[in-house]
Amino acid sequence: MRDFSYLRADTIEAARNASALPGAMLLAGGTTLVDLAKCGVAEPSTVIDISHIDGLNTIDITPERAVIGALAKMSHVADNVEVKSRFPAVSEALWQAASAQLRNMATIGGNLMQRTRCPYFRDPQNFPACNKRAPGSGCSAIGGVTRGHAVLGVSEACIATYPGDLAIALVAFDAEVHLGERKLKVEDFFLAPGATAEREHDIRPGEVITAIEIPGSAAARRSTYIKVRDRQSYEFAAASAAVGLELEADGRTIRDIRVALGGVATRPWRARAVEDTLRGKALDEHIVREACELAMQGAVDHGANHYKIALAPRVAARAILKLGETA
Amino acid sequence: MTAHDMKHAGSDSARLEAVGGRLSRVDGPAKITGAARYAFEQQLDGLTHAVLVGATIAAGKVAAIDSRAAETAPGVLAVLTPDTIMELKGASDWLGNPPAKPTYGPLAREVTYSGQHIAAVVAETFEQAVAAAGLVKVTYDETPAIVDLSDGKAGDGIPIDMMTKEWGDAQGAFAAAPVRICAAYNTPREFQAAMEPHGLIARWQGDELTIWEPSQWLDGMARTYAEWFAIPFENVRLVSPYIGGGFGSKALALAHSAVAAAAAKMLNRPVKLVLNRPQNFTSYGGRAATRQTVAIGADKDGKIQSIVHRGVNETAVDGMWVEPLGSVTSIMYATPNFSSKQNVVRVNTVVPGAKRAPGENPSAFGIESAIDELAYELGLDPLEMRLINYAEEDPQVKKPWSTRQLREAFAVGAEAFGWAKRSPAPRSMRDGRQLIGWGMAAGTYPVRRAHGEAVVKIMADGSVEVESSSIDMGQGTYTILAQTAAETLGVPVEQVSVKLGDSHFARAGVTGGSRLAGVMTGAVYKAAGQALDELIGLALSDPRSPFQKVQANTLSVKDGRIASPRGDGPDLSIAELMSAIGREKIEAKGDTMPASTTPEERYKNYTTIAMSIPHTEGNYSRHSWCAHFVEVRVDEDFGTVRVSRVVSALDSGRLYNPKLAESQWKGGIIMGIGQALLEEGIVDRRHGRIVNGNFADYMLPTNADIPDIQTISVGIPDPHSSALGGKGVGELAIVGIAPAIANAVFHATGKRVRDLPITLEKLI
Repeated sequence: MRDFSYLRADTIEAARNASALPGAMLLAGGTTLVDLAKCGVAEPSTVIDISHIDGLNTIDITPERAVIGALAKMSHVADNVEVKSRFPAVSEALWQAASAQLRNMATIGGNLMQRTRCPYFRDPQNFPACNKRAPGSGCSAIGGVTRGHAVLGVSEACIATYPGDLAIALVAFDAEVHLGERKLKVEDFFLAPGATAEREHDIRPGEVITAIEIPGSAAARRSTYIKVRDRQSYEFAAASAAVGLELEADGRTIRDIRVALGGVATRPWRARAVEDTLRGKALDEHIVREACELAMQGAVDHGANHYKIALAPRVAARAILKLGETA
Repeated sequence: MTAHDMKHAGSDSARLEAVGGRLSRVDGPAKITGAARYAFEQQLDGLTHAVLVGATIAAGKVAAIDSRAAETAPGVLAVLTPDTIMELKGASDWLGNPPAKPTYGPLAREVTYSGQHIAAVVAETFEQAVAAAGLVKVTYDETPAIVDLSDGKAGDGIPIDMMTKEWGDAQGAFAAAPVRICAAYNTPREFQAAMEPHGLIARWQGDELTIWEPSQWLDGMARTYAEWFAIPFENVRLVSPYIGGGFGSKALALAHSAVAAAAAKMLNRPVKLVLNRPQNFTSYGGRAATRQTVAIGADKDGKIQSIVHRGVNETAVDGMWVEPLGSVTSIMYATPNFSSKQNVVRVNTVVPGAKRAPGENPSAFGIESAIDELAYELGLDPLEMRLINYAEEDPQVKKPWSTRQLREAFAVGAEAFGWAKRSPAPRSMRDGRQLIGWGMAAGTYPVRRAHGEAVVKIMADGSVEVESSSIDMGQGTYTILAQTAAETLGVPVEQVSVKLGDSHFARAGVTGGSRLAGVMTGAVYKAAGQALDELIGLALSDPRSPFQKVQANTLSVKDGRIASPRGDGPDLSIAELMSAIGREKIEAKGDTMPASTTPEERYKNYTTIAMSIPHTEGNYSRHSWCAHFVEVRVDEDFGTVRVSRVVSALDSGRLYNPKLAESQWKGGIIMGIGQALLEEGIVDRRHGRIVNGNFADYMLPTNADIPDIQTISVGIPDPHSSALGGKGVGELAIVGIAPAIANAVFHATGKRVRDLPITLEKLI
């Protein structure tokens, strides 16, 4: 049997202390950890159950910001009336993620720690080479089946796609992750693989995610999340876009715009070139579509994922145009 | 399985309960509440657990297996390898052909596909077995693999002469035809993807073997176990009370079955072995990948002059599977000239197998796509095109159809769908940024027939028991056999209990090819009729019977009560009569075989498929038919296809239970939507290995992908197809759905996708 110790942490301090143990992993909703343990990717020596810590599942929303506790369930956040009205892209991203059963179990903090769905990463028995699992062992995906793999932020070490939806919306609206002493931009929390594919998050031993904080903004209030995939539900994105829009008083000039992409990059991908180009421009379909092509600057495909380079700008453009249609 | 919860269905009229009534599934409450115990959920004392170790190469030899670490791991009872597992005898195949080799080793030394079983660990607990299986170290001498049909090493394959169908001068007529189309159509490797995995519990008591295993064919699988272990057929008992989805995959005892039964014998302990989800993609075959070329030549008025068809399907290096690709091509349309030939190509895969409508399904994708292409070439409406070329008789065997309500299906389906409002040009219908497409296709499935037997018992309390070794995998056998017995005997359906899924019951052949309902309603009808005759005979002749004084030569039984036809004598419940004449039970065994059938022929009938009755036997050609009308919405930016409406009109002859038939049709349509848009076993061509062998990555439709589906029965009783007039239901509706969707996608977008599935990158 693959034995491990189980520790229940009833306070954040206890969780922080225990998480510094070698081979320790946190258990919240369990939807990622149990899954990865079953396929042989996660082999924790200690599992620290943080699901009983009080006060970590609150959702606190003011006009200035939303602060969402790390143990809040995805479904609760998605269904929160204030989240829906002030951060619709956040709610929509959550609703389109996973399945109802998973959303009822999975937590917001755990969601940020969700790992890639790269089939080579998830099958250590058949594919020993994986730089994420075993640094320096190589990448089995390059040269293999790559339909779902990233085209942005890739390296020779790793082309695995960041799979989540929520973090795309968080990155678009400059959200921060609370790690105790440290607060980090969510965008900086996720690391591109570079030569160190095993390092996916800027989180240190002894740190525990306690909350995420999203600044309120006009763009966040007028926002949406579009997710494109082969089937209508329960699938990771072929490409997705979280977009926020603020128009000038004339109702057609773009004052503020946020664009982030999912399903196409190794981490949540903020498309600043698109934003910079569109800010101050008129909200016009041709201009929007042309600007969205800039999101793919530097894209590198591996054959079967080539379609993402065409698809992702269209998803972003459609999200912007959709917001433009809603007064 | 009893029918006592039947009132859940709200069935308060006799009509509902009779054959042809819309009775809800009698096994439904047990399944919904979790009370139904499936085959390998049995709890046995001393149960041990086996976990398989699969090959990580696609071709080569096992050089060495180091099992020392596994053997000493906690709880481990045995590590079985090709060298240590007991030797089994070879078993004959499903046609009854004797084995090629006298012995059989279910663990492989020679690896011919990735995931092939090469070792197994048996331990006290499942977790111990999983952990120890991970400690087994295997080294290989790897050789190059042929990974799929497009592999350069694959070649043209082996001609299968028995698949050749030819009449007239197909090549000459095609060359001379004024209008011609020729295109290639491909379907990928697809999987049955049943929710319930494959697995079993095996227990030996002396030389008697009991197997709890989900099974579409108890008698056939029991025969295989008996031959493997060289024990009498009667010594094997196979139990399969419910099946959580089979779709063709659960009709045979497979290598993992042999491993579990051998381990149980070697350890003298019961062994449970359940394939994990990835193993369900490599331990038995799904639908073979296929390639077809369809060439059609026609007159300028659309009349087909020639069809030339060539097909290829993949098979295994060490096993043969022929997916009959010309089966629909040769019968759907009238043509004076025809040629169809087929090859199979060996690749490094587990031997492919049956998946819902094997043959007819990919065959229809080819011909029904090609007909649509021809209609556009000619500027004809696709429905008109089909009517112009309507086959008034079977064009291949030149016999009349037993019944063919396809013209009615076209008319009724088109009317319900609103086909006449279709704007014919591609890209001519839209809703905002969604392109709308309307497409149609026809489908067909042959009436496969065999024989079955059933026991019907009238008990002292007036209740009725039906026993058969046939099975219910969700299609409704429990329900329709209760309805058949109730109607034949004249008792309320809630007094009937049906027992299935035990090979010690009266025998039945395979539940496959959409034949079971027709076979088994016939057998129950016969057995119940015999039981009724005996009941009435006793009532009239037994000196203790109150009816002895009645001057009647028969009696009527209705609602469980017996009376004289004129109602002028006693009126007794069956229980009262049984009590009066002192009988514990009346038991009758009925079968559908000629009386002259020998015991050897009976055994062969139930344990092989060699005695199936051809659908073109005698004076008629017997088939079910359908017409599908589909609406799709294609996002013009994203290329995503969503099916927004399906109307299907179907001819399955008489329906024994329309509610259950509609559910089966809808299930087939849903599976067809998955085939058209989502399903594909994706092979890493460097390793010859399926990389999406799980339910997250092997895409099946979700509820959100399924629109309202309207099914309309246009069948009429077909006396040439079955005792009660039904034709096949289960496999019919999937046939033609994929081409209907592909045709609708062409109408929406102007793009003809000839490679399934129709994924978004093929449209953007």
